[in-house]
Amino acid sequence: MVSFTINGKALQAEEGTTILQAAVTAGIQIPHLCYLKEINEIAACRLCVVEIEGVNRLAPACNTPVAEGMVVHTETPRVMAARKTNLQLILARHRTSCTTCIRNGNCTLQTLSKQFNLRDIPYDVKPERNAASDACPIVRDASKCVQCMRCVQVCDKMQTIGIWDAVGSGSRSVVDTYDRRPIVETACTFCGQCVTHCPTGALTARDDTDKVLAALANPEVTTVIQVAPAVRAAWCEEFGLDMDVATVGRMVAALKALGFNYVFDTNFAADLTIMEEASELIERIKHHNSHPWPMFTSCCPDWVRFLKTQYPEFTENLSTAKSPQQMFGAVAKSYFAERSSIDPHKMFVVSVMPCSAKKAECELEPLRDACGDPDVDVVLTTREFCRMLAMQSVNPANLEDAPFDSPLGSSSGAGVIFGTTGGVMEAALRSAYYFITGKNPDADAFAPYRPVPGKAWQESSVEVPGVGAVRFAVVSGLGNTRKLMEALKHGEVAYDFVEIMACPGGCAGGGGQPIHDGQELAAYRGKKLWKLDSESKVRFSHENSDINTLYADYLGAPLSEKAHHLLHTDHNAWKANR
Amino acid sequence: MKRLDLKTPLQLETTLEQLHAGMQRRLVASPPGLCPVETALNYLELSRSQSCGKCVPCRIGLAAMAELLEKLLDGEGNANTVRTLEETAASVADSADCAIGVEAANAVLLSLRGFRDDYMEHAASGHCLVAKKEAVPCRALCPADVDIPGYIALIREGRNADAVRLIRKDNPFPVACAYICEHPCENHCRRKMVDDAVSIRALKRYAVEMAGEVPQPPCAPATGKKVAVIGGGPGGLTAAYFLALMGHKVTVFERRKQLGGMMRYGIPSYRFPREVLDAEIRSIVSSPSKGGRGQDAGGCGQDAGIEVRTGVDIGRDISFADIRKQHDAVFISIGAHTDKKLRIEGEESEGVISAVALLRGIGDGEYPDFTGKRVVVVGGGNVAMDCTRSAVRLGAAKVTCAYRRRIEDMTAQREEVEGAIAEGAEVMQLAAPLKVEADANGKVAAFWVKPQIIGEFDKGGRPAPKDSAAEPVRIPCDIIIVAIGQGIDSKPFEAAGIPCGRGGWIKADDSTEIPGCEGVFAGGDVVTGPATVIKAIAAGKVAAANIDAFLGFHHEIKSDVQLPLPRFADLTAHGRVNPEERPADERKKDFACMECPYSDEAAAEEAARCLRCDCFGFGNFKGGRIEKW
Repeated sequence: MVSFTINGKALQAEEGTTILQAAVTAGIQIPHLCYLKEINEIAACRLCVVEIEGVNRLAPACNTPVAEGMVVHTETPRVMAARKTNLQLILARHRTSCTTCIRNGNCTLQTLSKQFNLRDIPYDVKPERNAASDACPIVRDASKCVQCMRCVQVCDKMQTIGIWDAVGSGSRSVVDTYDRRPIVETACTFCGQCVTHCPTGALTARDDTDKVLAALANPEVTTVIQVAPAVRAAWCEEFGLDMDVATVGRMVAALKALGFNYVFDTNFAADLTIMEEASELIERIKHHNSHPWPMFTSCCPDWVRFLKTQYPEFTENLSTAKSPQQMFGAVAKSYFAERSSIDPHKMFVVSVMPCSAKKAECELEPLRDACGDPDVDVVLTTREFCRMLAMQSVNPANLEDAPFDSPLGSSSGAGVIFGTTGGVMEAALRSAYYFITGKNPDADAFAPYRPVPGKAWQESSVEVPGVGAVRFAVVSGLGNTRKLMEALKHGEVAYDFVEIMACPGGCAGGGGQPIHDGQELAAYRGKKLWKLDSESKVRFSHENSDINTLYADYLGAPLSEKAHHLLHTDHNAWKANR
Repeated sequence: MKRLDLKTPLQLETTLEQLHAGMQRRLVASPPGLCPVETALNYLELSRSQSCGKCVPCRIGLAAMAELLEKLLDGEGNANTVRTLEETAASVADSADCAIGVEAANAVLLSLRGFRDDYMEHAASGHCLVAKKEAVPCRALCPADVDIPGYIALIREGRNADAVRLIRKDNPFPVACAYICEHPCENHCRRKMVDDAVSIRALKRYAVEMAGEVPQPPCAPATGKKVAVIGGGPGGLTAAYFLALMGHKVTVFERRKQLGGMMRYGIPSYRFPREVLDAEIRSIVSSPSKGGRGQDAGGCGQDAGIEVRTGVDIGRDISFADIRKQHDAVFISIGAHTDKKLRIEGEESEGVISAVALLRGIGDGEYPDFTGKRVVVVGGGNVAMDCTRSAVRLGAAKVTCAYRRRIEDMTAQREEVEGAIAEGAEVMQLAAPLKVEADANGKVAAFWVKPQIIGEFDKGGRPAPKDSAAEPVRIPCDIIIVAIGQGIDSKPFEAAGIPCGRGGWIKADDSTEIPGCEGVFAGGDVVTGPATVIKAIAAGKVAAANIDAFLGFHHEIKSDVQLPLPRFADLTAHGRVNPEERPADERKKDFACMECPYSDEAAAEEAARCLRCDCFGFGNFKGGRIEKW
């Protein structure tokens, strides 16, 4: 422990604690922009500078450790002058266009400018030229980049892909992709973690709301919307509502208020995914030697792209089951269209997803199995969904709860946990156990195996009567995934089934979720989903009666020929950039 | 009325001088890896400010060139921009009235012609081809990538053994380099922007002395692979060391009686004490059978480690083909140990000896007696200085170092030349060898030199001497030591099919692989010509990595030393603490080490000067540390 004072307050902290951490703990605010705890502590913006007695230069609080006897002042005139200059310099290279910026109202630069009471910029404002392209879900407007390097570090350290880099020399140094390729030509998985960690509007997920508004305005089109599990745990954040108020029913009501003809639930498709994926796992176990091991989940498109670019030799290990989003689209434009006598070519399927990569997934050429059109037409992120509510002046607080439409709106608790790390695994185990033994396990039997923070991945083994030990692993975040893949590759570990979600904490922390600078909310949102599961009447995918009707009336059985055509895919049928 | 005023410097001029001095240091400390186009622009901007504005080429031409360079940098140029730039620069250089314009334009031409590909890339894509952000200048300039800020931080905390361990991750010769490294790391030290480079080598010497004997790390499990290393100098022993750590079985074949190469047979002990060299080599080659390596965890198995065979001459005692057959891979690092002749009349006279022969003898403890003799050393490199200063110590009555260029053109390090002069040697500059005069018995009587006058610059950028009108000078002497460079004897290897170039240099590439000779690697002086110990060490390290890969492995070399947190500090200018030397009068009498180690106080002051570029600046973002290789 070391003793020191900040602004006259006598404090103590562990050795190695930074001035910023120590100040925050003591309730003292120090402004900062580039800092991202444990990921980006490079003191680039110099907005967190403080005065240390006996040191003639100002020191950055974010990466200067406190020392015994250190006397720190965080708000002296000298400190405030330097911070102001630095912020004005940052703004001299930033295209300030707050009124038309997607981050208006949720921008760290804007907040700081207000806090610093900036009224002018004494320099010529020369932002980098903007060459933004909407060719892929990740859009970068270079003119708004403040070169905090967070995206570089998030992609390097958290996701280990290294798409972003600091390139160019001297005062012409900029952030760009490696080799300065267009993003769409890189190995980017479109996970969107760079977007949710960008403090400004430089990195955004492509806005597709216009396409949805056009479909809603077309009387000849039947609009169908599905909403992913993790959305319900986060959408309320954009309205500052607590989840007690922003219930699932209220979310449904909000979607209906937007004018969609049918509001369905991706959780239904999650249950359907479990039927197929659990059956596939059992099938693979039965024919153990004809398959490479382990089997990987395939519901996360960023993970699938990651595997195809980084570990292509493992492509056959992926479950052939489509993601819930794509299963939903295929069923909506076949089963549901036929049942409801809707021309599937005139049906417009929209998804609300916590994810940016889903926008690229729905565009994949092979995913047009129902009628030849894309099974899912447009994907909106949670943020776009909230933006549409704002555009149409829908105030969720004033809405009455409403139910999902039938038949693609019902779901089990196993479906809702798809939105958080460990959920797909647990949902699959619940049903696989039943398929093998004919008996349901206790719905909470697998709760002790749920991932705990701080571990690269969680591994466990379950004894299934008649099969023996099923070894499984759960991992989230592509950096952790890479560690797991390397261990698998080098034979250090062996599993039967592995669940992978590209974003840390799973979809709850997805790249399409609401942005709160400096906060990581995946675990918090994940808890809400586990709570929804525990409160569900039905806890097993195979007990969802609408799913059983779908099989009885239309698909036959899991892995049937029809199920294969609509619900499975060939991961080799498209190419990913390396 | 006053007709004249004295030129008393104004405050303005004094400030300008300070700015110029700062800029000079800054230019010297320029980080490696800068964009050549941007650098050219910046130099041009500096030059522009010096233009008096009278003449068109300089006043407008330099501005126009700057605009063209800006265009290229902003991605607004094309191939025409580069062409216009080159034509403009050529015209300005041709037609400017004074050096201000001519040299500014020449600098642009030099940059453009030296980096044409990069200029064209800027024209085509608006981006740089070669710019590379180097976070840590000292490490970037160390051929072996030694973690310099890391070990200086450890020294500052008093953790000298950890400093040695950290150095050994990249360089098994911390002690040798503590005494004799030419320290290219200090050349671009960022501290120069504030005051002067950190005295890195001297700090390292403090660390190795304070640390004492530091146990070597354990080896990886034996791989069963056998590697031959031909040549037991710094390059060969480095390769052997790392290959043994990786679990391979290494045999070192050394032609001479003892290991060490030029560290023993080229560098006199007053610069690098023998017992210290012996101890370091012992530590490197010690194997578990001798109870050495791997005290903490296991150590090498029976089939790993280093076996040493001295006194083995390849081609005479064993053929290269046999060695190749008996091993899975071979590393050739035989160095450059043959002498070069003056090719002048009388050179065969008794008393004319080569620097190589003299220093080799001293390396094996054979000290000739020069008592009362007059000695002339011919040459201007570090070897010439080693001979000059050795001759003084061998009791010579008078030692004259004759060099055909000027003292400032000598390739020897400045402190070596100054040290030799302090010890009483005379340096005779602008004296080109003419002939050796022998007496009736064929013994050396005098060395004749032709006085030179310095002239125009040669292609290498050094002013070339030419004969002056003065008459030849006779230097009466008994012994002449020829130190004008070394050659390479690679004949036994050439005969075995190893491709060799002019001067016997083995043709290996930057990976130390020899194209067309699978499994045979080469590095060090035999590939580069006479160079430095640290370059040979780097070659050994590169060879070890690539031989390991060739053998089908990927052993990683890393260090478990935890580094101290950086301390935030002011950039107050502080003089560089130079290590002291024993008084010239005393040290010239013996071959004992002439440099005095740092005191604790000196080491603490000097270590605190390190700016920790690994933790500040770009270093805490990217490239601050190479954890493993």
